[in-house]
Amino acid sequence: MAIDMLSWILIVIGGGLSIISAVGILRLPDVFTRMHAAGIGDTLALGSLCAGMMLQAGWTIVTIKLALILLFMFFASPTTTHALAKAAIAGGVKPILDEDRIANKNALEDTENKGKNS
Amino acid sequence: MIRKLGLALALFALWLLLSGIFEPLLISLGIISSLFVAWLAHRMEVIDHEGFPIHMGPRAITYWPWLIWEIIKANIDVALIIIKPELKISPVLFRSPASQKTEVGQVTYANSITLTPGTITVTVHGDTVDVHALTTGAADEVISGRMDKRACQMEGNS
Repeated sequence: MAIDMLSWILIVIGGGLSIISAVGILRLPDVFTRMHAAGIGDTLALGSLCAGMMLQAGWTIVTIKLALILLFMFFASPTTTHALAKAAIAGGVKPILDEDRIANKNALEDTENKGKNS
Repeated sequence: MIRKLGLALALFALWLLLSGIFEPLLISLGIISSLFVAWLAHRMEVIDHEGFPIHMGPRAITYWPWLIWEIIKANIDVALIIIKPELKISPVLFRSPASQKTEVGQVTYANSITLTPGTITVTVHGDTVDVHALTTGAADEVISGRMDKRACQMEGNS
């Protein structure tokens, strides 16, 4: 009973965070800030949904498979997010910024030029 | 050699966990295929400290829980920003040192930054990372260098 309640709390939190993540993708202004909102769905929303489902499954093979899903997402999601950010910079998307602290922007411009030449 | 054996064992464990059927035929098929994949990887020469970083295992046990706690805190911050009607964001692009010695260590650090909502690693350039942050608060968190230090500890001296 207690496990059931805990699992439902986790699943509701996960669902709520997924909705917040989707709202964030709609509300935020540009591609980079939207990626931050998508990050919620990638990490805590997925994590608490999987944890909730693991509690429902108990000590079965399903739990192990859910844990493996979490493990693979743990490695795959930052890699894809980074690839997306780098591709956006290379494609010449200018992020909307309040403050740009990179005085020497050679690194970013190098990536951008590479994207244009190829 | 330890790495190759470790890879074969890890692959076989994965096979067992995913199949969940403990019949002699399937288990022997699993042994054959995991040894075959380990042999292929050996032929391709991808079993090195980068492809299969087994030496980081023990230190990952303390690093990951810490990282998960950081991720939870950052998630709450970003979720609150999105919910609040005024949408208080102050996007920053900044450069921060990555003092890890090996490339695996730098990737660990850069991926940890990206996993934490509110900060994304855009490029890794030599021993610095360029990070896009949703708020100046999230940016200061990276600049404070706590995560950098933890990632260095995780990397160890190898």
